[in-house]
Amino acid sequence: MSTQPDKKAKKKPIQRVAMPEQAPEIRRRNFEEVPLGYTPEMAMEEASRCLQCKKPACVEGCPVNVDIPGFIKLIKEGDFTGAARNLWTRNALPAVCGRVCPQEIQCEGHCIVGKKGAPVAIGNLERFAADYEREQGSGALPPKAESTGKKVAVVGSGPSALTVAGDLVVKGHDVTVLEAFHKPGGVLVYGIPEFRLPKAIVAQEIDFLARQGANVECNQVVGRTVSIDELFEDGYDAVYLGVGAGLPRFLNVPGENLIGILSANEYLTRANLMKAYLFPKVDTPIPHGKNVVVLGAGNVAMDSARTAMRLGAESVKIVYRRSRDEMPARNAEIHHAEEEGIEMFLLTAPTKFVGDENGRLTGMECLQMELGEPDESGRRRPVAKEGSEFHMDCDLAIIAVGSGANPLLTQSTPDLSLNKWGYIMADQETGKTSKKGVWAGGDIVTGAATVILAMGAGRKAADSIHDYLTWGW
Amino acid sequence: MFKIVKREEMSEGTVILNEIEAPLIARKAKPGQFVILKATEDGERIPLTMAETDPEKGTITIIYMVVGKSTALFKTLQVGDGYQDVIGPLGKPTHLEKVGTVVCVGGGTGVAVLHPITRALKEIGNHVICIIGARSKDLLILEDKMRDASTELHVCTDDGSYGHHGFVTDVLKDVLEKEDVKLAVAIGPVPMMKFVSLITKEKEVKTIVSLNPIMVDGTGMCGGCRVSIGGENKFACVDGPEFDGHQVDYDELMKRLQAYCEDEKTCHNDFCQMQS
Ligand SMILES: Cc1cc2nc3c(=O)[nH]c(=O)nc-3n(C[C@H](O)[C@H](O)[C@H](O)COP(=O)(O)OP(=O)(O)OC[C@H]3O[C@@H](n4cnc5c(N)ncnc54)[C@H](O)[C@@H]3O)c2cc1C
Ligand SMILES: Cc1cc2nc3c(=O)[nH]c(=O)nc-3n(C[C@H](O)[C@H](O)[C@H](O)COP(=O)(O)OP(=O)(O)OC[C@H]3O[C@@H](n4cnc5c(N)ncnc54)[C@H](O)[C@@H]3O)c2cc1C
Ligand code: SF4
Ligand code: SF4
Ligand code: FES
Repeated sequence: MSTQPDKKAKKKPIQRVAMPEQAPEIRRRNFEEVPLGYTPEMAMEEASRCLQCKKPACVEGCPVNVDIPGFIKLIKEGDFTGAARNLWTRNALPAVCGRVCPQEIQCEGHCIVGKKGAPVAIGNLERFAADYEREQGSGALPPKAESTGKKVAVVGSGPSALTVAGDLVVKGHDVTVLEAFHKPGGVLVYGIPEFRLPKAIVAQEIDFLARQGANVECNQVVGRTVSIDELFEDGYDAVYLGVGAGLPRFLNVPGENLIGILSANEYLTRANLMKAYLFPKVDTPIPHGKNVVVLGAGNVAMDSARTAMRLGAESVKIVYRRSRDEMPARNAEIHHAEEEGIEMFLLTAPTKFVGDENGRLTGMECLQMELGEPDESGRRRPVAKEGSEFHMDCDLAIIAVGSGANPLLTQSTPDLSLNKWGYIMADQETGKTSKKGVWAGGDIVTGAATVILAMGAGRKAADSIHDYLTWGW
Repeated sequence: MFKIVKREEMSEGTVILNEIEAPLIARKAKPGQFVILKATEDGERIPLTMAETDPEKGTITIIYMVVGKSTALFKTLQVGDGYQDVIGPLGKPTHLEKVGTVVCVGGGTGVAVLHPITRALKEIGNHVICIIGARSKDLLILEDKMRDASTELHVCTDDGSYGHHGFVTDVLKDVLEKEDVKLAVAIGPVPMMKFVSLITKEKEVKTIVSLNPIMVDGTGMCGGCRVSIGGENKFACVDGPEFDGHQVDYDELMKRLQAYCEDEKTCHNDFCQMQS
């Protein structure tokens, strides 16, 4: 009899604890973060949903194999600092990954609880532990090995570079991060908007790195300010290239140079890095559209669309040539965008931009598409429908159709082998390039991917660099 | 911080020279390259060409015209103050070659950009004829330095307050008639470069111009600086800023330079007329 109520409780599954969010009608006009975070009670309740699997499927789904049941157990027990430390052993930026990983196809997509209902909110819990430790924790630095006297230059300061720098500084090497922009963080500061990843979090991660003893030098365009060979001449023993995939792609349709057509890179850089949403309080302007179209349907497109809405647009449309199933953005972003009133124009492709006599954008000619046979990417290829031309008014168009390899650095380093798209060739396991003493990883090797993959590549390279500095190439 | 070690008003209140400590940039910079400067935390990133570099001293020199909010802010900086950020050297250096007779045409602050190129062209053995102009005498800069840097110098002012009364293009036509010019370099306001290119095209004289589209990063990652060159899109910050003058779509560039005119007026309202 005494076991009855217990069994009952077990049968009734606890609902996934939803994270409180700013209401859509309010947040669509401000730049504050959308999800507000768990309270300790919420986190502990959500943590109790984890079954502590012996063979956790979730871990398989995480590119860096975070010890998911381990850190969740610590949260359940109320040891939040312990949870954060557990996370750090595998993932240098849990506060970032908890917010931006595509969990639905990674950890949470594999979670066993998800087979019957909603999976354990691994991302939310990861974010909670990291935020808690940042806000309440001691800020203690991890133990650091004795100085090895070896110098490492880490080029770029996105997630992959930050991982390499963090790992190597702890191992006792003298690390210098060289960033081209005036602020470190890579896409985390210039691309992903404040309402999705507060810049204070990134700044704190960089500060943490600096407190551990890494030098962070901005305004260093490697390939221009200094070349890779000069870095070696200046006494560096190893160089890591984590320069990202920062070359904007355009559609190459007529009229694309009209005023009011920007690459997502430019639009988001103005908004985030230059804080142009505060103009004229800050000096960098940003175009304010009434009728905005965003071409593309990845995270970058969602970020652009939601930024345009926050800058006061009357209407914002995502224009995408395939269907909803092929949209590459995280589910959460698509959902948030729709809640904020962003319209989806699917199976639509622009053929031409039109402008007025001052060269300003006024509209776009489009075609309707239908899906044909699958292409090399395995997605069904969009084909134009006969006679489906139509016109769409717009005064701001943001092109978010992907990015390529920026040739600035690689052109100035001819002995670095590249693949046919200009990405650096590096060994998958070690990150070693064709040039002695030079490693590479992240988007500049894989093409535009994800934060966690860039970090995973950074960790492997850091291990390999450490071996090299200890034993030789 | 990048400290200002020397400041000069070359034309009172409108054209300012700053010599700035930037040893890493000074060590690498070549004629034709530029830097991006940001004065304060919330400042804008502004591209300016290096008019001079001193690798020994570790300094670079910029010369700018005060046209809007950011350059007005730069103007307030005195010796001992500094820029929060200076990034460079950016852009491709000028392709320098001994060809025989070269004509260098400069207008406004374009003269500052032209100066190191002129000097380098002469140093490698070219006969360099220079034509520089400004709206009026008090806006004319670097006359003496340009005289030293070239073989022959012509000066023009639009209002006739000094030198030849008229545009640099008038003198250019004369020079092209009389001399066997192999190369022209034109740097200045977009309309000036456009007309110079029209004239040299008729004479089939190869012409290099330096373009100044709106820039953000200066490293090829935003595409904001795109210009049409022979019908193809190029990023001025990495593929330029110098291009074949006969291939440039100047009208498109002039329009694109107006992109933020309204906003910039909010920020600093007396400016837009000056561009037109
Ligand atoms: C708008 C946007 C939204 C995104 N959203 C998500 C998301 O939700 N989830 C997710 O997982 N991923 C997302 N991504 C992708 C993710 O941000 C990238 O895959 C990741 O940042 C790549 O990291 P990285 O370290 O390789 O390079 P980056 O983050 O691109 O950093 C490269 C750094 O190198 C610097 N650099 C470049 N050239 C030089 C040079 N010559 N010298 C010195 N420094 C140089 C750059 O200025 C930059 O700071 C998004 C990307 C964008 C643009
Ligand atoms: C490669 C390059 C080299 C240059 N070299 C010089 C130089 O040596 N001396 C000099 O006086 N000027 C030079 N310029 C022009 C200079 O950058 C602009 O005059 C300056 O940015 C104006 O800023 P502002 O805020 O004072 O004026 P604003 O009121 O902001 O703008 C005035 C006009 O300047 C242009 N402009 C604005 N912002 C930018 C920007 N971020 N990038 C480029 N243009 C912009 C626009 O046409 C705008 O309408 C150069 C430009 C480029 C691209
Ligand atoms: S790092 Fe990303 S994929 Fe891995 S557990 Fe955390 S949120 Fe999931
Ligand atoms: S698969 Fe789900 S339930 Fe199992 S350990 Fe991972 S998070 Fe917990
Ligand atoms: S300024 Fe951004 S690409 Fe040239």
